[in-house]
Amino acid sequence: MQALASPQTLHPHLKPDPFLVVENVSKVYPTKTGDYTVLDGVNLTVYEGEFVCVIGHSGCGKTTLLDTISGFRKPTEGEVRLQGRRITKPGPDRMVVFQNYALLPWKSAFENVYLAVNAAFPDKPKAEKKEIVRDHLAMVGLEESAHKKPGQLSGGMKQRVAIARALSIRPQVLILDEPFGALDAITKEELQEELLKIWQDHRVTILMITHDIDEALFLADRIVMMTNGPAAKVGEELSIPFARPRNRAHLLEDPEYYNLRNYALDYLYNRYAHDDDE
Amino acid sequence: MGDKPALPPPTKVFSDTLELIINPFFDNGGTDKGLFWQIWASLQRVGLGFSLSAIVGVGLGILIGSNAKIYSAIDPIFQVLRTVPPLAWLPISLAALKENEPSAIFVIFITAIWPIIINTAVGVQQVPQDYRNVSRVLQLSKREYFFSILLPAAAPYIFSGLRIGIGLAWLAIVAAEMLLGGVGIGFFIWDAWNSSLISEIILALIYIGLVGLLLDRFVGLVSQLVVAEDK
Repeated sequence: MQALASPQTLHPHLKPDPFLVVENVSKVYPTKTGDYTVLDGVNLTVYEGEFVCVIGHSGCGKTTLLDTISGFRKPTEGEVRLQGRRITKPGPDRMVVFQNYALLPWKSAFENVYLAVNAAFPDKPKAEKKEIVRDHLAMVGLEESAHKKPGQLSGGMKQRVAIARALSIRPQVLILDEPFGALDAITKEELQEELLKIWQDHRVTILMITHDIDEALFLADRIVMMTNGPAAKVGEELSIPFARPRNRAHLLEDPEYYNLRNYALDYLYNRYAHDDDE
Repeated sequence: MGDKPALPPPTKVFSDTLELIINPFFDNGGTDKGLFWQIWASLQRVGLGFSLSAIVGVGLGILIGSNAKIYSAIDPIFQVLRTVPPLAWLPISLAALKENEPSAIFVIFITAIWPIIINTAVGVQQVPQDYRNVSRVLQLSKREYFFSILLPAAAPYIFSGLRIGIGLAWLAIVAAEMLLGGVGIGFFIWDAWNSSLISEIILALIYIGLVGLLLDRFVGLVSQLVVAEDK
């Protein structure tokens, strides 16, 4: 099956040279009862403009992997490189959309995005920075709610603000950690479609964690499936061949969709079933 | 002292103090002033002492809360010092400052500062990791982090410290004035006791309680205006 992601199977819209490289990354936490290995030699290459979803059981170290890419955690061994430069700390070139939005509750939607824009482009004139904020809030359909505080916004709207904030600083890689996990099904589908549109318009590279296989199949160019933790690594990669722009209804009629879906489910639930919950 | 004066019934308290109630603004010079002026003098001392302790307390609290090692080293000392009763500081401050007025203010300062420091330090430590991560990924300047994230995130804790602090300050000033004399509601009580005017003491107690309540509500109101509603 499509269980290969050698450069030959790359989507035609991608450049062949590696953009983001995770090389042999291990993460070991020392504990009282000995070392605890979360990641054990993870290798992953992401190409510029690619949309990659990482799936795996909870507790398999997906978030730890993303944290080594965003720079919040340092790998015990191995390294992560973006365009050949080694990643040592968090930076605005790898902007994160956090699991629970992480908007500042005392700032309005506008001010939350402005904080990011102001930090990323300190030398731009104020009017231009405000223009950037307005453009990005409009992009996620929130120009009406710009003055509202996060407490007055629904979960989906908060996530939109978080996405607007992330994209407003023109990151090279957008990192999303289960961004739609807490949303209801309809809002979730809406936001998935918006994210796809934004990705296509902005040509940003996206790395996203999810444990929703349908979400990954709808969004990604490639699905990276991790083995179970502890000592997780990249198990298999699935190249998702569906043409873009994707249409959910058409996708659901495609027999290939179910082949891939069953393959991924089988991988997660049979071959790497959770025998003991952590 | 001879026989202790008897406790008057409420009706007698009222009739004895009617003059003081309806005329709080008289000023016959010296310490013979209406209750408004007595309370006003006390409030001024509390205002000064409490402002000092708010500034120093919040500053120290942020400093201590920002560094886990300093916090664990210093916190036990604060926990000991904060249990020292306000009046126990009075002889020390009199010995150090010689004058009554600054001593009273120092007692307010030292009484109110501990809950402010402790709450501020806890508030700084409680800044959610998510917000710190936002700051790290955006590489916010120290100044921007301080004003946009740290201060607003710690504000609810700072204000609960200030609220406890102002209550303690008001408790302490009344006691301190009893010993130090001069114009003020504390000395008014002491003076009334020496003249066996129990009714006046009861009236003063009621006023002290009401003013304490107002002070608490005042800090609560400021906190509501300043602290953003959460979530």
